[in-house]
Amino acid sequence: MFAEFLQYLFSGLTSGAIYALAGLGFAIIYNASNVINFAQGEFIMIGGMTAASLVAAGTPLWLAVALALVVAMLVGIALERLAIEPARDSDVVTIVIITIGASIFLRGAAQVIWDKEFHSLPAFSGETPIALSGATLMPQSLWVIGSSALAIAALWWFFNRTLFGKAMLATSHNRLAAQLVGIGVKRVLLASFALSALLGAVAGVVVTPITFTSYESGIMLGLKGFSAAVLGGLGSGLGAIVGGLIVGLVEALASGYLSSAYKDAIAFIIILFVLFFMPSGLFGRRGTDRV
Amino acid sequence: MGGFVRWRAVILGVAWACAGIGGAIASEPIRIGSFLSVTGPASFLGEPEKKTLELYVERANREGGVLGRRIELIIYDDGGAGEKAATFAKRLADSDKVDVLIGGTTTGTTMAAVPMAERAKVPLISLAAGIPIIDPVKPWVFKVPHTDRMAAEKVILDMKKRGITRIALISEDAGFGKSGHDQSVAVARENGIEIVADEVYSAKDPDVTAQLTKIKNTQGVQAVFNFGSGQGPAIVTRNFRQLGMSVPLYQSHGVASKEYIRLAGDAAEGVRLPAAGLVVAAQLPATDPQKPVVTAFKAEYERAFKSDVSTFAGHPYDALQIVLAAINRAGGTDKAKLREEIEKTSGYIGTAGTVTMSPTDHMGLSPSAFHMVEIRKGDWVLLD
Repeated sequence: MFAEFLQYLFSGLTSGAIYALAGLGFAIIYNASNVINFAQGEFIMIGGMTAASLVAAGTPLWLAVALALVVAMLVGIALERLAIEPARDSDVVTIVIITIGASIFLRGAAQVIWDKEFHSLPAFSGETPIALSGATLMPQSLWVIGSSALAIAALWWFFNRTLFGKAMLATSHNRLAAQLVGIGVKRVLLASFALSALLGAVAGVVVTPITFTSYESGIMLGLKGFSAAVLGGLGSGLGAIVGGLIVGLVEALASGYLSSAYKDAIAFIIILFVLFFMPSGLFGRRGTDRV
Repeated sequence: MGGFVRWRAVILGVAWACAGIGGAIASEPIRIGSFLSVTGPASFLGEPEKKTLELYVERANREGGVLGRRIELIIYDDGGAGEKAATFAKRLADSDKVDVLIGGTTTGTTMAAVPMAERAKVPLISLAAGIPIIDPVKPWVFKVPHTDRMAAEKVILDMKKRGITRIALISEDAGFGKSGHDQSVAVARENGIEIVADEVYSAKDPDVTAQLTKIKNTQGVQAVFNFGSGQGPAIVTRNFRQLGMSVPLYQSHGVASKEYIRLAGDAAEGVRLPAAGLVVAAQLPATDPQKPVVTAFKAEYERAFKSDVSTFAGHPYDALQIVLAAINRAGGTDKAKLREEIEKTSGYIGTAGTVTMSPTDHMGLSPSAFHMVEIRKGDWVLLD
């Protein structure tokens, strides 16, 4: 009985940590610009695909991972410069739609640059399952959980302890006021895209040994990450992590104790229920409007 | 968007033109129309299909075409959407005036185009697996791939041979997996095999250990059968080993490609699955009549595109060969005659198996078209 429960828990933790890591990227861009970047899933895909193709070409794993992070960051910067920046005076909805267009473009480009097949990466610390009280967990899941924890700690430090991070938060609260006190709001937006692309690529690299990657793997990860971010409260890093873990655990426990056919439905019902009573999510700040 | 991209692959029979055969017999080209899911979720099927068609039409033209007429190939990309498939099929029949239709890639896109093909009386050869395409038989509609039911039969009979009577199913909850699941349930019932656990997962779930734990804890499971395509089955296989499950694991023909072995790695050792001759070309005995056909196709495809051949790439090859042979026998492209000749296809040895059609069977493959294979040391081992 307990072994069974523990296995469901591990299963949920594995999926949940993946969703959480995917959700974190949404939080950063939202924080800096109130924009939901629907190309976030594509950053994850680019990280995974770049690393997988480099490893396949014989590059050592650590170098492939490092290069994948750099490539994704450059794509994030290019996206902001070429697509978002020219439209910066438009309203948020327009920019959100631009990011949807960008995601379609990036998927198309990935099809041409790579291919339509699935690719994998070797697990970072082997494929021997860790056994614990009758349940098993793959070491790679610990990498995913660890990366999420590390990312959330780094983000907390960045937003609360560095001037630039605070400038980013200030820009999201009031762009005009931030500009008036001398914050380079253009630079803030650029940095937020670079940062969230980096985070997406980290997610892509650590989850690829578990879920594999393909040109369209960003769709699912982006969607689940978005659900996680909304559930936890958009703009809250901690919220994205908690939201992701909840979605993952609910899915696993639902398939374990109820029926795997309804696991997605159950997860969505819980999300809807939470949002009904807490429209800004579990950890979201209440929206403030100027009157 | 991308859907309206149109490849008018006008592959002229250059050799034929250069040969200086005068304008006297410069007859109309044979027009083959095709609607495939080159982009979208089924692109992993549609893209190799398109490549194969182009490759072999070009080749046929180089060799002088059929009946001295060159072949014109018109391909549209339906992106996997049924309504687009129906529109393109209509356009192919009405404005492009094609003599025969090859497509669609999926059961959904095929079925969307079927009413049009029936109404316009244009022969349609589908590249999809679904049984509804040919059952009930529609006069103008044919298909080349195996059905999901044949794969399920192959697996269930192999289980029976090993004395297995209680099994667990784990399948993808939509499309290919769903259809395969339903067929497996029916075939198992007919063969007296009891399904004691029946779990599903979504195509992109990162982890299915929860479902497998449930199966593991179900009393008396003697084998597990996974029906799905894409990355799902590879994740199932890995999670299966992670949990240390030791009963036999069966997969469907949906993963009969080297990609599955590559993704699942060592976890794929000992997995059994039904595969078409094309996948196991190298392992077929020299006496197998399919051997020369699949070996030549595989070599040609891999030389031209530098990528591993999959079962799906073989379907348009079979469709094209059946059509060209029928045109040859019919002595032209009169649609009614062509339809009749396609139906009379007999003993054609293709990548899917030996095809003998009849007025009541518009697919013409027997269950022996599948081979049961086991994965050992990262390669296929033929079991029958």
